Amino acid sequence: MWTEQEILMILQGLWETIVIVGVSTFFGYVLGLPLGVLLAVTDSDGIKPHPMLYKVLDVVTNILRSVPFIILLVVLIPLTRAIVGKSYGTAATIVPLVIAAAPFIGRMVESSIKEVDHGVIEAAQSMGAGTFKIIWNVLLAEARTSLLVGVTIAFGTILGYSAMAGAVGGGGLGSIAIRYGYNRWQPNILWPCVIILVLLVQLFQVLGMKISKDLDRRRS
Amino acid sequence: MNGSVISGKNIYKIFKLGEERVAALNGVSMEVKRGEFVAIVGTSGSGKSTLLNMLAGLDKPTKGEIIIAGQHIEKMSEGELVKFRRDHVGFIFQAYDLLPQLNAIENVALPLSFKGMNKSRRTKEAMHALKQVGLEKYMRHRPTEMSGGQQQRVGIARALVVRPEIIFADEPTGNLDTKTTISVLHLLQEVVHEAGNTLVMVTHDNNLASYADRRLHILDGEVVYED
Repeated sequence: MWTEQEILMILQGLWETIVIVGVSTFFGYVLGLPLGVLLAVTDSDGIKPHPMLYKVLDVVTNILRSVPFIILLVVLIPLTRAIVGKSYGTAATIVPLVIAAAPFIGRMVESSIKEVDHGVIEAAQSMGAGTFKIIWNVLLAEARTSLLVGVTIAFGTILGYSAMAGAVGGGGLGSIAIRYGYNRWQPNILWPCVIILVLLVQLFQVLGMKISKDLDRRRS
Repeated sequence: MNGSVISGKNIYKIFKLGEERVAALNGVSMEVKRGEFVAIVGTSGSGKSTLLNMLAGLDKPTKGEIIIAGQHIEKMSEGELVKFRRDHVGFIFQAYDLLPQLNAIENVALPLSFKGMNKSRRTKEAMHALKQVGLEKYMRHRPTEMSGGQQQRVGIARALVVRPEIIFADEPTGNLDTKTTISVLHLLQEVVHEAGNTLVMVTHDNNLASYADRRLHILDGEVVYED
């Protein structure tokens, strides 16, 4: 049913997908977590309102969020080239994925933080907690369950985006599925790719939910 | 001024509502002595919560002087106020406002972590404060596993743990039933009279205020009488 070469190709694709999605999620959070914290903190009902900064971050986030990913991929080719030296392959896929994921992650982090009970925040303020103490000890600590649910959602979304990157020469299973499934109509390659992608999302979802449940000490 | 922890002179707080200027506090002068349990009594809108916010260094007066523990807080910057509250003031809230993810010890230790105290000392101090409020059996319980009265005891321990010059309580029994209310008020009396703390409680309820040593009745932003 498959040649040895095809099996190796799919395995290599799986590995590339894991690397692409893992690294992109990581760097997505490196940018998105501070962005989300800043959005939540500088908003008019945040702990350090700053209308100007909020507006700028808000607009930039919205602009990036409203460009369809497949277009963003094309638009970002010069940036990708500048950073990794070429516009195709595994490393090249990561650049646009991070740029697309960061604002999306930022919004999720913002909404997780805004779920934290305002009374508790005011209590911490009156007890003399500075802004950074509140962000760390109250906002992020209390929102951690919700933040982790966000990570599993981000992982799934980035995985979806990574398949699109296959259309413009990115690496990973998505690119294999497009090349062999769409361009050559080879169901024996297409379907294993699809099934592996589905399993990957499922696995991560289950894992993420389990960790977030263990971390949630509100109920025991 | 000997022995007074708080002294307020001619405190005004004026809010602008569009073109109109509304005086929430209209020249309040008052004093709280060390080791005293004082109640500020008034209906909603009387200015009692505004006064509490001023006295606790959460907000600054438009005019007037507030001296707490020898320091003029009306002259402090926002950053100085934060530090002042961290070092000198304890708070008890109506809705307890405990962190749901933390157990009793961790909740009580929280204000100490804001002061930068190390973890083992924080835990020790927190356990001591929880014993003081009679919760030795609930040290590792989380807020959702405790009754309202127990949660408020944790709240009281959290205020005590910083060994503040003064503790402020804003309607501390507002969410509790009558029986629990009485036991919490007895605990507050104990905290003042036996442990030597100073407590200012804000309430709309004259019956609750009767547990205090002294009552300041406030109406339309002025202290109308004391008893």
